[in-house]
Amino acid sequence: MRYSLVRLIRAGAWVAGGWTLALPSAMAADTINAEAIARGKTVSATCVACHQANGAGMNLPQGESWPRLAGLNRDYMIAQLKAFKDGTRKNASMVAFASMLNDEQIADVASYYASLPVPEIAPVAADAALLKRGEQLALQGDWERYIVSCKSCHGPGNQGNGADFPVLAGQQPAYIVQQIQAWKNGTRINDPQGLMASIAKRLDDNDTQAVAAWLAQQPVQEQK
Amino acid sequence: MVAAALVFSATGAQATSFTKQGKDLTPAELEIVKQMVQGAALPTENELVHIPPSIDELENTDLHPKMKEAIRRGHDLFVNTQQLRGKNVFNNMNCSSCHLADGRMPYGGPVWPAAIDLPAYRPKNGHVNNLEERIAGCFTYSMNGKPPAYGSDDMLALSLYHQWLATGVPMFSKDKIYGRGFPKPADPELKPDAARGKVAYEANCTVCHGADGAGQTENGKVIFPALWGDDSYNWGAGISRVFTLAGFTKHNMPLGQPNTLSDQEAWDIAQYIDSQERPQDPRYTGNIKETREKYLETFHKHTMYGTEYNGKVLGDHDNVGHKDFLKPDILRDRDFTGAAVKP
Repeated sequence: MRYSLVRLIRAGAWVAGGWTLALPSAMAADTINAEAIARGKTVSATCVACHQANGAGMNLPQGESWPRLAGLNRDYMIAQLKAFKDGTRKNASMVAFASMLNDEQIADVASYYASLPVPEIAPVAADAALLKRGEQLALQGDWERYIVSCKSCHGPGNQGNGADFPVLAGQQPAYIVQQIQAWKNGTRINDPQGLMASIAKRLDDNDTQAVAAWLAQQPVQEQK
Repeated sequence: MVAAALVFSATGAQATSFTKQGKDLTPAELEIVKQMVQGAALPTENELVHIPPSIDELENTDLHPKMKEAIRRGHDLFVNTQQLRGKNVFNNMNCSSCHLADGRMPYGGPVWPAAIDLPAYRPKNGHVNNLEERIAGCFTYSMNGKPPAYGSDDMLALSLYHQWLATGVPMFSKDKIYGRGFPKPADPELKPDAARGKVAYEANCTVCHGADGAGQTENGKVIFPALWGDDSYNWGAGISRVFTLAGFTKHNMPLGQPNTLSDQEAWDIAQYIDSQERPQDPRYTGNIKETREKYLETFHKHTMYGTEYNGKVLGDHDNVGHKDFLKPDILRDRDFTGAAVKP
């Protein structure tokens, strides 16, 4: 299983007293700070009720989904917590939680979640036609409607691309839907240069459901 | 309504390919053109408007399965040219890096015109070129590489993809082609300036292409191409001409937000990017002044190659990027006089 191997290797590295491996890119941007991760774990006690102990989040299409945080890019998560605080991402629950954290705690809890192995998310049924459309949008785009493919920015396999373009593969599908809707209705405006909003506004409801369903099913690749 | 939406999703994108004069476009076709050009000028009455088929429509055609396989191969090479890295490609480019929408985009360097307008005389090399030679030019300059051999499977597949995109367009069409190339923006009010361009670049481009122009890779795979430096196009690439890059930038960048930069910004950004160093022009004679002069009228009068920038002469070096050669052997002159075969 992909992530238990990572756990094993990490365990070995800890024992050896140092990081001798290339690291998952979620943390590659920073030197590994074991203390930050440990502090972050303490901070995360507030987060687990929704984002779950393993950071997988939960898919709640009728309500507000809680995204997977485990294995996401640390700097991306820092930016999101700050966006909740400053209102460029409007979310009544998250603004309360983010406002409880100072900058160091934000960095720590992000380090913690970035360090977690990627959990499997519960599969959600979707019909073949919807998935086909989702795959088309994710890998090719639909240029007749100027919908650029997701992978153009979110990277090959939609595994994410640094702090600005988060991993989409293996993310809770209803969360993806809710974010696309947030860009469409202007309750999320923290995307650099409004790049994501431009794309989101061109997706219709079917496109949104399709791309979310397909991306959720994609495997998260073991990063070097 | 719901049923219609499901049918739409079942077939993916609807088949939108059409070839019409501007005056004959249906409202639905005009709407598609509008969506694709996002604010650029719409077709005039007599311009030829061709929207090529999309690769996912290929399956529904009645072409022979072997033909579909070859077209798919050409498409795959077009969108993932990096698979030829180290063999034919020696930088971070894919064809689709600049030829947007898989080579189908008006104002985005659509590639199907090459299939119906070649063979033709090209000032770039002073002789009549066919489609394969045109593609060889892309590998030589834009990909800083070594073209696949003429007649090879890869070359056939790539040219076939261009030709398939041109399905329905008359050979040597007399009509002006709508959205051909990267139409340059109107002349700017102020002379294009690299210093101003740097400011605009840092505000609009660095999120993807980096402050150092190196683009972005993830796990060794290219996401955003390099705009200068060893991983980028060389000094012989068409887009090293400021007017070409200005047209590309204005109508295609930032990705997903075409026609949002002002004309001035597009010119300035192009001036800045095309003033940065990159691998040597494969036509380099060994002397920068001589090379610039030799290709001045046909090419370098539009580039910053051989001019001074920040105290250095651009292109005055032996750096060929990641290649271990300067000029691919495939490049040669042509002779259609018949003189060679006279006894």
